[in-house]
Amino acid sequence: MALNSIHWFRKGLRLHDNPALREAVQGAATVRCVYFLDPWFAGSSNVGVNRWRFLLQCLEDLDASLRKLNSRLFVIRGQPANVFPRLFKEWKISRLTFEYDSEPFGKERDAAIKKLAMEAGVEVIVKISHTLYDLDKIIELNGGQPPLTYKRFQTLISRLDPPEMPVEMLTDTLMGRCVTPVSEDHGDKYGVPSLEELGFDTEGLPSAVWPGGETEALTRIERHLERKAWVANFERPRMNANSLLASPTGLSPYLRFGCLSCRLFYFKLTDLYRKVKKNSSPPLSLYGQLLWREFFYTAATNNPRFDKMEGNPICVRIPWDKNPEALAKWAEAKTGFPWIDAIMTQLRQEGWIHHLARHAVACFLTRGDLWISWEEGMKVFEELLLDADWSVNAGSWMWLSCSSFFQQFFHCYCPVGFGRRTDPNGDFIRRYLPVLRGFPAKFIYDPWNAPESVQAAAKCIIGVHYPKPMVHHAEASRLNIERMKQIYQQLSRYRGLGVFFSSKQEVLCDGITCSSLMSVTCSSSVQFYLYNSPLKLLYIQRFGDSGEEKPQSGKRVREGRLSERAVGLVEEDKGPRHEHNQRWCLSRV
Amino acid sequence: MKRGRTGLKSQCQIFPSLGEWAKRPKWMTPAQDWGNLPHHVVLQIFQHLSLVDRARASSVCRCWNDVFHTPDLWRRFEFELNQPATSYLRSTHPDLIQQIIKKHAQHLQYVSFKVDSCTESAEAACDILSQLVNCTIKTLGLISTARPSFMDVSQAHFVSALTVVFVNSKSLSSIRIDDTPVDDPSLKVLVANNSDTLKLLKMSSCPHVSPAGILCVADQCHGLRELALNYHLLSDELLLALSSEKHVHLEHLRIDVVSENPGQTHFHTIKRSSWEALIRHSPKVNIVMYFFLYEEEFEPFFCEETPVTHLYFGRAVSKMMLGRIGLNCPRLVELVVCANGIEPLDEELIRIAERCKSLTAIGLGECEVTCSGFVEFVKMCGGRLTQLSIMEEVLIPDSSYNMEQIHSEVSKHLGRMWFPDMMPTW
Repeated sequence: MALNSIHWFRKGLRLHDNPALREAVQGAATVRCVYFLDPWFAGSSNVGVNRWRFLLQCLEDLDASLRKLNSRLFVIRGQPANVFPRLFKEWKISRLTFEYDSEPFGKERDAAIKKLAMEAGVEVIVKISHTLYDLDKIIELNGGQPPLTYKRFQTLISRLDPPEMPVEMLTDTLMGRCVTPVSEDHGDKYGVPSLEELGFDTEGLPSAVWPGGETEALTRIERHLERKAWVANFERPRMNANSLLASPTGLSPYLRFGCLSCRLFYFKLTDLYRKVKKNSSPPLSLYGQLLWREFFYTAATNNPRFDKMEGNPICVRIPWDKNPEALAKWAEAKTGFPWIDAIMTQLRQEGWIHHLARHAVACFLTRGDLWISWEEGMKVFEELLLDADWSVNAGSWMWLSCSSFFQQFFHCYCPVGFGRRTDPNGDFIRRYLPVLRGFPAKFIYDPWNAPESVQAAAKCIIGVHYPKPMVHHAEASRLNIERMKQIYQQLSRYRGLGVFFSSKQEVLCDGITCSSLMSVTCSSSVQFYLYNSPLKLLYIQRFGDSGEEKPQSGKRVREGRLSERAVGLVEEDKGPRHEHNQRWCLSRV
Repeated sequence: MKRGRTGLKSQCQIFPSLGEWAKRPKWMTPAQDWGNLPHHVVLQIFQHLSLVDRARASSVCRCWNDVFHTPDLWRRFEFELNQPATSYLRSTHPDLIQQIIKKHAQHLQYVSFKVDSCTESAEAACDILSQLVNCTIKTLGLISTARPSFMDVSQAHFVSALTVVFVNSKSLSSIRIDDTPVDDPSLKVLVANNSDTLKLLKMSSCPHVSPAGILCVADQCHGLRELALNYHLLSDELLLALSSEKHVHLEHLRIDVVSENPGQTHFHTIKRSSWEALIRHSPKVNIVMYFFLYEEEFEPFFCEETPVTHLYFGRAVSKMMLGRIGLNCPRLVELVVCANGIEPLDEELIRIAERCKSLTAIGLGECEVTCSGFVEFVKMCGGRLTQLSIMEEVLIPDSSYNMEQIHSEVSKHLGRMWFPDMMPTW
């Protein structure tokens, strides 16, 4: 009985390091690689032209690479759940392979498809290759909860075995006897559509700054590593004006679509480091870009409401303002702050902005100035940003708006000062906001302060040719820091005078980690706040700061006012004043 | 209500009176039990329920409804007033608000109003305030959770609503009215009726109050322990009034210094002798200053010794200013710098470590400090630094330390695990 297989591309749009694809080919008589184009791209229909173009270029590239192996890509219109049963029958399929998708929506979809496949007698093989590690193992190691601080995540990672090596690229040899039956009218039935066919008007569309595809990705990674080796410095590069511009060695969109394997990147970085630094052990910070991505995937995988504030156990409920006009001004680069507007213009035109630029605009929208919900910002990024996938986008927005992950909220990026310090000459502004070209560096970040003569000379009157600033930053940030303080004070009931809230990092105890523990140390009572804790708590012990193993005291926790987030209060009636350095240990009774 | 039965044993440990009730004779059938629970038992249970659940439970039977309306459950209330067009959060139900005004106005003691950006919400808050006539309110908070919508209410409407509470309560001890159009005459009314009991007054960013208005409060309310206001209201006379013999020790003074536009506001200076008088009178007072100024506006500040304890700079602050702080702020406990620039702050930090012996918390963002300088700073402060919140980009690796080494070196000197604050990079 001939084995006919389908490899289902979703992310992982590559032929290198694709273990699921290899399984499809292994011992099979025929293989067909399919990609479904349905309106539900990555769980939402909110997709801009740059992202579509990038995706189509990835698909074209895949098709071209498969042609070299006498195969083709099958682009199928429709939803997988509707189409697969027909394909299983028509092509007499007995094996289906795909790369594991860790996102909650993906897991649900895949479970449904697995069921369909089982009913049709189709074997399903799933392989992990979109992330460095098996995320479930990380969660298991953390007592069943995803780590909510990056440091904790790094600690867990360092205890795992290193990631699996990338597997070989699919070649003729590996294909072996496996063939792909291609019909005459393949192009019509299963060809990669063009942007026009998808309904976009491409007249006047500038060429892509970030061309999609595996080929491009592999070229870039070589360039990226060359540059690192030449600099022989693996420290984080200092931010300068040039960093803001799209780089030919930038890799994030390719990692997101899977044109570049994260494991390949990981091992190439490791090899290079060892070569340059003569065999010393690479620090975790070398893989920063990859590990952040991994961190957010891990945080999101078991949380279907990860991209929402309501009903999301790890997200603080902040009373954001609903203000569609203000949101539109931000999204359309009409805030009147050149730094913000230039960044949003670059984002819309090219599909990528530097991570510090992201911090600036995210802060401006949420806790810095406009006090608008991070969910709105996330949706705009989803539409425009090439490397924004569900987990990383939502996670980053929660982080930047101080809605989760224990971020200190005191630091607010100034929409004038931050830009000025990064690019004092203002070239970035002039490039993306040509209307402001005539302003001298002194006024280009706050043109509303320029005297009329300067504005006239620049042929740009503020309020006429370029908007006035939409908020008064000093006032807005003053208000907003108060708001954030109010919220955090309510959470931890910290009657603090300053703006810090203390958070004890996660405490490991008997395999159960309390993944969020905030302790107030101004009295002899400890109040803690558990996010997403399915365990009813339990027992708390206080250890002294001399590192002794035996607890000084212990107390069964009296569960006070319980809400969906367990809040407990432990009071030590007598005893010494609580020192800051003491460890608190929580365990199941 | 069957689910109640399974947890009964553990419930008994938390609610002892429930244990008594659990020993009731066996002939009481389940259907009769619940309605006949003693009042105090139901009260104890209700205290553990959220308001929504309590409200639902109150519709079950007359007995439970009576308990729901026990005065003790209505001492503390937070009115949430939101409009769907401007907020994602829900509002307190209008029926509930009516019930409270009708039945519980006289029980309310600790009241707060949380409003969203919509003027309607602030106006609704004022309407409720105007009806709290027979009340003995001790704590009042008017909180705008987004934009300050109280400022959009007509001043007359706001002031008349507020003075209803001021006149009727006569025992107000704590008032939070930041970002509201409160004015001097209403403060006079407050003072006339509550001077014996007032302990806390927070009124940052109330533009209609003058220095004379707040001085009146300081002169008459000798029990005032906590005060929050804007710098333009601070005067030598005010500090002296707060230090008069009749006045209790001041515990907490918060001052917001906000600029309108670059160079448009000139800030007056406070005499050193006034500060000294305050410290002599209240040696433990915390003085918290929040600065939201342009760099050039800092001139009048910290030229002489200033007893500030908590400093927050919401915008860029110059190297020179940080140097001055090191020289003139010996009582400094907490320092937060949002942004400085691209010159390393090593010298300034080290001087702060030397001279500010009480410093326990520091936060730095968008500044630069070399790793060696930072280690030196931490060494000098040692374990007294309980809060060290440094953005990762602040630290510049140099020949002595790189980013990996600094984390262990600093941890060593602090006596605990430490690492800088990180921001996602991807």
